[in-house]
Amino acid sequence: MMSLFAVLIDGTIYASWLFLVAAGLTVIYGVMRILNMAHGSFYAIGAYTAASLVGWYFNNGIGPVWAGYLLMLGCALVAGLIVGLIIERGLLRFMYGRDEVLMVIITYALLLVLEDTMKMIWGVNPYFAYQPYAEMGRSALAGLKVSNYDLMLVGVSAVLGLGLWLWLERTHQGKVLRAVIHDREVAMAMGVNVRRMFTLVFVLGTMLGTLAGALTAPAISVVPGMGVEIIVLAFAVVVIGGMGSIEGAAVGALLVGLSRAAAVHYAPEFELFVIYGVMALVLAVRPQGLFGRVLARKI
Amino acid sequence: MNCILETKGLCKSFGAVTAAKDVNVRIHKGEVVGVIGSNGAGKTTFINMVTGYLKPSSGEILFNGQSILGRTPRAITRAGMARSFQVAQLFPQLSVLENLLIAVSAAQSPFPSLLAPMRNASRIAQADAILAEFDISRWRDTQVTAVPQGVRKLIDIAMALIGDPQMLLLDEPTSGVSAEEKTALMDTVMRVVAQHQVTVLFVEHDMDVVRRYVSRILAFYSGEVLADGAPEAVLANARVQEFVTGGPHAHKRAAQ
Amino acid sequence: MRLSKTELILLGVAVLLAAGGFIAPQWLVFLLTMALAKAMVVQGVVMQMRAGLVTFGQGLFFCVGGYAVGMSGHFLDITDLAVLLLIGVGAAVLLAMLLGLLMTRYREIFFAMLSLAFSMILYGVLVKSSALGSTDGFNVKAWTLFGWTPASGQAPLALFVIIVACSALLAVLLHRYSRSSAGMMCEAIRENEVRVEYLGQSPRWVLYMNYVAAAAVSALGGGFMALSAGHIDPEMAYWITSGEFVFIALLGGTAHVAAPFIAAILFAVVRTYAIELVPHSWQMILGFTLLAIIVFLPKGLWSLFTGQARRAKA
Repeated sequence: MMSLFAVLIDGTIYASWLFLVAAGLTVIYGVMRILNMAHGSFYAIGAYTAASLVGWYFNNGIGPVWAGYLLMLGCALVAGLIVGLIIERGLLRFMYGRDEVLMVIITYALLLVLEDTMKMIWGVNPYFAYQPYAEMGRSALAGLKVSNYDLMLVGVSAVLGLGLWLWLERTHQGKVLRAVIHDREVAMAMGVNVRRMFTLVFVLGTMLGTLAGALTAPAISVVPGMGVEIIVLAFAVVVIGGMGSIEGAAVGALLVGLSRAAAVHYAPEFELFVIYGVMALVLAVRPQGLFGRVLARKI
Repeated sequence: MNCILETKGLCKSFGAVTAAKDVNVRIHKGEVVGVIGSNGAGKTTFINMVTGYLKPSSGEILFNGQSILGRTPRAITRAGMARSFQVAQLFPQLSVLENLLIAVSAAQSPFPSLLAPMRNASRIAQADAILAEFDISRWRDTQVTAVPQGVRKLIDIAMALIGDPQMLLLDEPTSGVSAEEKTALMDTVMRVVAQHQVTVLFVEHDMDVVRRYVSRILAFYSGEVLADGAPEAVLANARVQEFVTGGPHAHKRAAQ
Repeated sequence: MRLSKTELILLGVAVLLAAGGFIAPQWLVFLLTMALAKAMVVQGVVMQMRAGLVTFGQGLFFCVGGYAVGMSGHFLDITDLAVLLLIGVGAAVLLAMLLGLLMTRYREIFFAMLSLAFSMILYGVLVKSSALGSTDGFNVKAWTLFGWTPASGQAPLALFVIIVACSALLAVLLHRYSRSSAGMMCEAIRENEVRVEYLGQSPRWVLYMNYVAAAAVSALGGGFMALSAGHIDPEMAYWITSGEFVFIALLGGTAHVAAPFIAAILFAVVRTYAIELVPHSWQMILGFTLLAIIVFLPKGLWSLFTGQARRAKA
């Protein structure tokens, strides 16, 4: 019973983290049909920005602790805004309308460029910014010691997911976006400025990516290659839920998170196998994902 | 006369839309049947069901007396029922000759050879022969995207004919072709088809074109067969005039 | 067997290359061996690109080929190169025959993702297999050939000659395959799958054969890689490795059977110098090159996708 509870807690925490990482990916794919391989790099950029600034802030005792948290989130959002704008305006807008698989390759090229750019800016040595994590302490949950920071992640993730969902389902802008998702050409014909929507969504997706990185930074050591490692994980989450669906990403994250936690507790040698196994299984049975729509073909 | 294609109580719905409602049709060997009906009347759905692209919600389809329900398009093609498409379905990056060579190769064997070259003398001869029949030999080495629309439609039909089908379903053979070219194009098609002794069913909007070639007309309206019989009788039918041709003098408008 | 002009040129170049191995410095021989091994995997990627499918998981068969060779030496004490390579190819063929049943149902982005998922599954398994050295992998035993054991200095050159010979043979076979009915049918499927179906041909069967054949070719490359590097690790199945194969495939294009070989050699040579001159900019160079290919050479390399775009408009 105890270990089942531990699996649930670990799984939920891991799932929240996965959702944070995958949310931007699924939003961008849903609207723009770009499966963005560079999303992992956005995550890494957020982590590096936060780790370097927050580390500097706490090590030099610049100001109060709460301001450190604000700095962590703020700098990640600013970094995402800048990076997203540069990439969308400077590269992607010239590529719209191309084949989906070609877009994967284009963003793969982008990933390669960003990886080395990060090495130029931050070098190859690891960065640490453990203070926000350590400051929060731990609490006991039914005999289980859990970091408060991790619990906060669950909350942030839930709020973010709900916010995105409400934005898409309940606001005027969300309705316009759904029109673009449903039929880009009709939306354009009805006067929707699709280009501006694309810029908005791509920048938003990028900021979600850097935010996820910044929130993760205090819990890990920030090293080169971290973005490359998580991108396939994020793909797994998004593919399972159905590419482009927010609620799908949430369910995908929970599925992956819980099965990984179960594997770690009961059969650690299957940890990675389980994640990609679930992805392959869902693709095999329901290629459009759990929440994806089937597209009709016409002759 | 022998019955080559028979459908019994064919139904198909897409959600709330009914595309076929109790379609009962018997086509006999050697007939040339024209199918008319406004857009969305279920003509293409009928062809798609008969050739295995769509699965009917219910009903039965017999080809030469045998059920072909649930078979794949390729199995139905191999059994002797070929089709052409409303928008010519070609291999755009390849030349006209290569398009036909692929059709020849596919007709020869379901298991293509791995090392023997596709271009061999006998296949090229066969492809050249059909190009000559359709009178389009001069386009032989052009990439199909550079070929005029009317010629593309002919290539599409030539590819269907290469497997020597017993029956040919033509989905709007003249769509996308200018009004002046329509008759010439249909003349070519019907001449070649007659030489191959194929039973033909074709969908067409232009009543003048239909009348020129067919021995029988099927009129579709919202998934149902409204009338079936000799051209004069069907075109004189009051309901056909009301729902399909839009009155005795509106043929031209229906063709648009 | 009558040879065409292209095939004679391919064989001639191979003889020259093999002869050159006797006067070239050892590092170059080693570099070319590795490049040719990778080129074989790239051939597998290109075979599928010709059918309109982009795989982000060809590292799966590269890895299976390599591990089958390494494990056969390690656990079964097999050292004969020919037997080892056959085992490697055989293992990949069996796996591909199984996975192909599923993979041939998918196209476009789903194919790319599913291929990636399968190769990552293997990666995940190998990383956690302590008997196989986990992330470190293990060393591959020295090889023999038909009872002949090369002296320690001879092995790299002998392996080079063998891989050049195999590459030449493979090039001739793939050249013929690309012009065969099956090879042309792959292009036809890329261009218009519905039409292929309506010509009475099964696209899935053609793609299945193509998938298995591509797996065999890639596994051969993996086997050679294991033998020449003398070491294998799970990295072979990692998605970045597969991404590199896609990169080389795009660099060379799908137009000619020699392209993947040339591209792989070019890639290896440029990388050797780039890593020395600008150690932290290698990936950036790759990324910009890839973008340049896509933007400036779309027609040569991307007939594959322009074909699809045109059909979508029709």
